[in-house]
Amino acid sequence: MSEHVLSLVLFTPLAGMFVLLLIPGSRKDLIRLWANLVGAAGFLVSIPLVLRFDKNAGGFQMVERAEWIPSLGARYIVGIDGISLLLVMLTTLVGALAILSSWSAIEERVKQYYAMFLLQQTGMLGVFVALDFFLFFVFWEVVLVPMYFIIGVWGGPRKLYAAIKFFLYTLAGSVLMLLGILTLYFEHFRQFGFYTFEIAELMKLDLPLGLQQWVFWAFFIGFAIKVPMFPFHTWLPDAHVEAPTAGSVILASILLKMGTYGFLRFSLPLLPKASLDPLIVQILIGLSLVAIIYGALVSLMQQDWKKLVAYSSVSHLGFCTLGIFALNPNGLAGSVIQQINHGISTGMLFLIVGIVYERRHTREIAEYGGLAHVMPKFATVFAIAMLSSAGLPLLNGFIGEFTILQGAFEANRAWAAFAVTGVILGAAYLLWLYQRTMLGQITNPKNLRLPDLNGRELAVFLPLIAWAIWIGVYPKPYFEVLEKPVAQIVERVRPDYFHRSPAAVAGLEVLR
Amino acid sequence: MSAYYTSVDHFALIPALMLALFGCAVLLLDFLVFPSPRQRKGLLVFLALGVGFAGFGLLRQQSFLAEQGLSDFTAFHGALTIDGFSIFFNWIFLAASLIVALVSYKYLEIEGEHHGEYYGLILLANCGMYFLACGTDLVTLFVGLELMALSFYIMVGFLRSDKRSNEAAMKYLLLGAFSSGLLVYGFSILYGLAGSTRLGDITAALAGRSAWDPLVFLALTTTAVGLLFKISAVPFHMWAPDAYEGAPTTVTAYLSVGSKAASFAFLVRIFLGPLAAAREVWVPLLSAVAIATMTVGNLAAISQTNIKRLLAYSSISHAGYILLGLVAGNATGIKGVAVYVLVYTFMNLGAFLVVVALRRKDILGEELEDLGGLMHKSPGHALLMLIFLLSLAGIPPTAGFLGKYYIFWALIETRHYLLAVVAAAYVAVAIYYYFRVVRSMFVAEAPDREPVASSFGLRLALGVTGLLTLAIGIYPEPWLGLAQTSVLLR
Repeated sequence: MSEHVLSLVLFTPLAGMFVLLLIPGSRKDLIRLWANLVGAAGFLVSIPLVLRFDKNAGGFQMVERAEWIPSLGARYIVGIDGISLLLVMLTTLVGALAILSSWSAIEERVKQYYAMFLLQQTGMLGVFVALDFFLFFVFWEVVLVPMYFIIGVWGGPRKLYAAIKFFLYTLAGSVLMLLGILTLYFEHFRQFGFYTFEIAELMKLDLPLGLQQWVFWAFFIGFAIKVPMFPFHTWLPDAHVEAPTAGSVILASILLKMGTYGFLRFSLPLLPKASLDPLIVQILIGLSLVAIIYGALVSLMQQDWKKLVAYSSVSHLGFCTLGIFALNPNGLAGSVIQQINHGISTGMLFLIVGIVYERRHTREIAEYGGLAHVMPKFATVFAIAMLSSAGLPLLNGFIGEFTILQGAFEANRAWAAFAVTGVILGAAYLLWLYQRTMLGQITNPKNLRLPDLNGRELAVFLPLIAWAIWIGVYPKPYFEVLEKPVAQIVERVRPDYFHRSPAAVAGLEVLR
Repeated sequence: MSAYYTSVDHFALIPALMLALFGCAVLLLDFLVFPSPRQRKGLLVFLALGVGFAGFGLLRQQSFLAEQGLSDFTAFHGALTIDGFSIFFNWIFLAASLIVALVSYKYLEIEGEHHGEYYGLILLANCGMYFLACGTDLVTLFVGLELMALSFYIMVGFLRSDKRSNEAAMKYLLLGAFSSGLLVYGFSILYGLAGSTRLGDITAALAGRSAWDPLVFLALTTTAVGLLFKISAVPFHMWAPDAYEGAPTTVTAYLSVGSKAASFAFLVRIFLGPLAAAREVWVPLLSAVAIATMTVGNLAAISQTNIKRLLAYSSISHAGYILLGLVAGNATGIKGVAVYVLVYTFMNLGAFLVVVALRRKDILGEELEDLGGLMHKSPGHALLMLIFLLSLAGIPPTAGFLGKYYIFWALIETRHYLLAVVAAAYVAVAIYYYFRVVRSMFVAEAPDREPVASSFGLRLALGVTGLLTLAIGIYPEPWLGLAQTSVLLR
């Protein structure tokens, strides 16, 4: 059993889904209970990953490999390093909590809903653990279908538009990515004489810069749409606003990370020359900075609570891509931590919107005001989530943003200067949102009798709050876990980076 | 056995012989033994026997090639060539015939046109397809094509009292005859150039001529037009939506997979055989046709409200993808054509079978709204349809992905990057109209409370196609091994 620990994590939700399908659709509470049990089990079986993980070992751990399609060279290879470990833990935890949060929100077609959720869970985990490009692509596409249904069936008024837009955007990106994958696959055959999709094998490729650039753009389309980077972000507000609460949580917390993970796992290590190409770096950094500032500005003027949080994702993910293309250890490590942070904080913010929406069925910010008087527990939770998202020290957001800014500063001061405005704007729209909805007197009589959080709702938030505080107060274990994989990526892209002294690097940047 | 009919000839011919024999037997038995309509289901047994014997013959041929370590053998002085390619395609035809026949009896009973000759025609059409897959002589190929086409003309118009069916048959017949005329004109020039109807002799004769020789060019274009018509490639696709819509749905299913697969086998034989010498001429030609086919097929499908028309346009676009495998033309490309045709057969049949199940007494069940609320009414059908549509769209881990994968792979290998990007972009377009169907099934309300039609044959056929669509996608290794043999094209 112990050597299959990753497969166990990967397929627990899927196995749970098949059992779920056997339960008659009329027994809604039994279905909910089962789905929650599977969600919790999914989290519990992933805990051994943390316990067994050796942060001092480089490369991938707990690797499993099996033949799958020998005539194509596709294998079942899964394994994790520090980056995937964190994302896997985020997926299993947020997945379980999202399932818990849906208990009373979903009344229609309960069985299909939870089946889709569990299927999606396996798809997302597969993306983060696959070490074979073919396997990765299969999981990448598998995720699309359940999310289409979650938005399209249980979503808001414009659900069908939002669902198909999400599907089309992502699919268009991923088929182009497939062409990039096939190019690497074929080039590997030309150089080594056998077909394989294994990442470790593909990394041995020596490609000219021109080809790397083409493949980089093919990957870029696939990953940038998923992140989403400006200007590919337009599907995001629609999908977020129309999706049911748990769908938005999964979308923001985990699905978007598939894009940034793709950059980290594939674009940088497989295409090191292209990733260092000044033009490509400038474009990517430019788009990240635009996303940071534009996302924040658009958030600032939203009238819709959920849309505000959605656009804040664009801004926060801009930080993540900025960190990645700063191409130094601080930037990369900060980016991964910020991905986890965004998963925690934005997940909470969407849950918060979901809770008021369930009570009032509107997301207009103007409809609310002074909720702190009737919902004190809720107001406290919201305050923590909001401050963690805004990057208050001692909460998680600060650690991520600070490290990314450090990395950006090391690479180019102007980048850091632009990014800092994003932090300020971020604090502005979040605090203003809090002020408009929670503080002051209750102006709308409909809000006078809103019930506060119940035990189940509180139970959804507590693990996330605890995690946010842990990262904020004691981030050391996270940096330790990330140190090796991040160093490997940097070493791969900039082989001379670690051979120069830090002072020399800093000096060079000043001269520039 | 004489000098004109040796045991090798017999061995090569036996599957076709079985199909023809049982086809004719069904026609006779229909009014001799099974006069009452209720008994006609019994004819299925004869059809299954015919298909079974033909399959046994194929199996013998396959094991003969394997035992002797041969890549192929010829019969009738080179008029027939049995190789991995022909055997692979013939398996597909037999599977398609059997599946279509299985679902037909219930459908035809509902339509009130359950006649015995229907099964005979299926077998005869299959017999024609057999010659298309293994014929290496212009006359053999042409006779096979006509046998198949004539059977289809009748089957398309099988609903005698239905105006649409009659119209479809007439359109198909007129345009089909026209295209056959062009094809045979091309053949006549090829014969004139080579002085022989054997493909091998023509190959040798054309190899000595320039690719831009006007006669070669004329032969190439007329032959291409005739064949492109059969696979409903743009601009020769106009008949397809009308014929597909008007024909009985079971016949549409058969037409869209059987006829198309056979015509592709024919196309590959001609283009990679005699016309290989003119490759530099037809690669740009077929590339343009493939792009036009994908464009028209995908864009026209978007606005369709009739499922059969939608699937017709979708099958036009699939023809474009398969053509790209031929454009690539290398081993991966041919294997891609074979894999694509294999997966297309099962997923497209499956999608049409769900439409067949929607035809109930007094309900035509062909509009998109008729699929409304299917998830509520019959979750099994809705989920199967979802699998077929995902597969048609090429989403892993369904079989359809594998077909597209090979095509993209072949294009990248032969450095047709632009074609690859265009083909990839249309995958996203296709998902839009496939998901219009999904949307109806899962989100819209049901227009009626009538349960979907069901029979043992229909359930079995749906189960088999659904299972194969998933199985080929999730564990493709054995199927790829089968397709591997098809590259051994003579």
